[in-house]
Amino acid sequence: MNEQSFNVQIWQAFIVFFSAIFTQNILLIYFLGLCSFVGVSKQLKTAGGLGIAVIFVMTTTCAINWFVYHYVLVPLHLEFFRFILFIIIIAAFVQFIEMVIDRYSPVLYHNLGIFLPLITVNCAILGAVLFMVIRDYSFIVSVGFGFGSGIGWFLAIMAMAGIRERLANDRIPRGLQGPGITLVIAGLMALAFIGFTGVLQQ
Amino acid sequence: MIITLIISVFIVSSIGAALAFVLVLSEKKFNDYGQCKININEEKELTVTGGKNLLSALGGEKIFIPSACGGRGTCGLCKLRVLEGAGAVLPTEEPFLDKSELDSNTRLSCQVKVRNDLKIFIPPELFAIREYNCKCAEITDLTYDMKQFRFELVDPGTISFIPGQFMQFLTPVYETNTEEIYRAYSISSDPADKNHIELIIRLVPNGICTTYCFRYLKVGDPVRLNGPYGQFRLTDTDAPIVFIAGGSGMAPIKCMLHHMKNTGNKRKTTYYFGANKLKDLCCVDLMHQFEKELANFRFVPSVGALEPGENWTGVKGLVTNAIKEDLQDASDGEAYLCGSPGMIDAVIKVLKEKGMSENKIFYDKFE
Repeated sequence: MNEQSFNVQIWQAFIVFFSAIFTQNILLIYFLGLCSFVGVSKQLKTAGGLGIAVIFVMTTTCAINWFVYHYVLVPLHLEFFRFILFIIIIAAFVQFIEMVIDRYSPVLYHNLGIFLPLITVNCAILGAVLFMVIRDYSFIVSVGFGFGSGIGWFLAIMAMAGIRERLANDRIPRGLQGPGITLVIAGLMALAFIGFTGVLQQ
Repeated sequence: MIITLIISVFIVSSIGAALAFVLVLSEKKFNDYGQCKININEEKELTVTGGKNLLSALGGEKIFIPSACGGRGTCGLCKLRVLEGAGAVLPTEEPFLDKSELDSNTRLSCQVKVRNDLKIFIPPELFAIREYNCKCAEITDLTYDMKQFRFELVDPGTISFIPGQFMQFLTPVYETNTEEIYRAYSISSDPADKNHIELIIRLVPNGICTTYCFRYLKVGDPVRLNGPYGQFRLTDTDAPIVFIAGGSGMAPIKCMLHHMKNTGNKRKTTYYFGANKLKDLCCVDLMHQFEKELANFRFVPSVGALEPGENWTGVKGLVTNAIKEDLQDASDGEAYLCGSPGMIDAVIKVLKEKGMSENKIFYDKFE
């Protein structure tokens, strides 16, 4: 890799990073990872912890799975196994990290580790990894994409938690309480995020 | 083709196996907390292997805490109090716990990991749900189509329940019934009698369980019940009570009255019993007995339609009429309803007209 193509890739990673946050937000545009989004968005503090865990896991699993894909699956012509392999690698990696954090850093476990099992089989994580493969990103771009997608997810759940904290004392029709109103809000937020389309051209 | 298939399956399986191997090794190294003791309600001590969450550790010991999400921390049902050894409340638990729960050390058992000895408190009603092997001890006719069944508990020999709760009755296979089914019946007996359970059952034409109880069940027969279940119960306030129940809906009310007598409860209480016909009226003597024994209790039966020649001096008409005529101001009271959905809906309407707020009306619909 010469210096020029490296610079191009850094620039591309930068663009992909921002587009993953705003125009291609994995949660609000692709609606992936909704289960934990609806379940754990009642409080800002909790939502923040989960969001950071998602950022961390997305970035690292994108990096790991990029190597697995390009150095194991492609040479062996086993691309069609990527779904299974990505899932088990994500699950194993998250489990492993959780165990290590749990044992050695109670503070980190309290703030981050406890959320890891919740996102072990989160479809947003798998979605990000598959997008990375489908769009044929290079390694640097993939890391930028994973990091950006994580931040996009984090922003979305933080915004939702902020709204839900304010809604907590409002009078909501009984049939809409809980997940109902949350999905309605998510839809409105998604509409708002469409406003970012056109800010970036990939 | 076949070779490709074999090779690819082999490669993917070996990657999976390698990952599993790494995980098992790291689990051994990082997740080894040895044997931990769990002290439950200061009564029982379990020894479990550490490293699991409390919900599954208890499940492994056949103590089942309700959980809808399967331990992922999203339903908030698996609450119990962990008095010692749980560490700080995790951010995943906080959204599900209010201030009083935080103060009482309530935790989500799926989020609490067993790493050391724990001291926990499980609400007795949760702890108590189990199967009871019983023996039918007595069958009493209450009316032409209602019987009271008294069961002696054999294994386990005692039960404690909250008045208003129900049990499930396992109907065995018999002549016209080919599969075992459960039916729920409210407990009618005195909660102080911990060795017996009484149920009031009304014959439902062609009902699988009621037919069994009326036609086949004999004194001395073995019976299997499980429970107790249900949230229908008296509140802890001093508000006047209105009981409304007809037929076998009397069961939980009778149980509550026994309990009120045992605890010397002085709340102003009125029981409206609606009978369609005079022959549906039952337990009148018992209710008059309660009127004498309880500080402030009144029994108001009403009869819907009289047959020619019958003599009835009490309230005539539906139970809603009795409430309209007899009940004065209901605004500060609480109502406990038990019976068919139609009756309950009609009564709720009348009670609201009398000024009772809807959140003070508690009911158990028999469906």
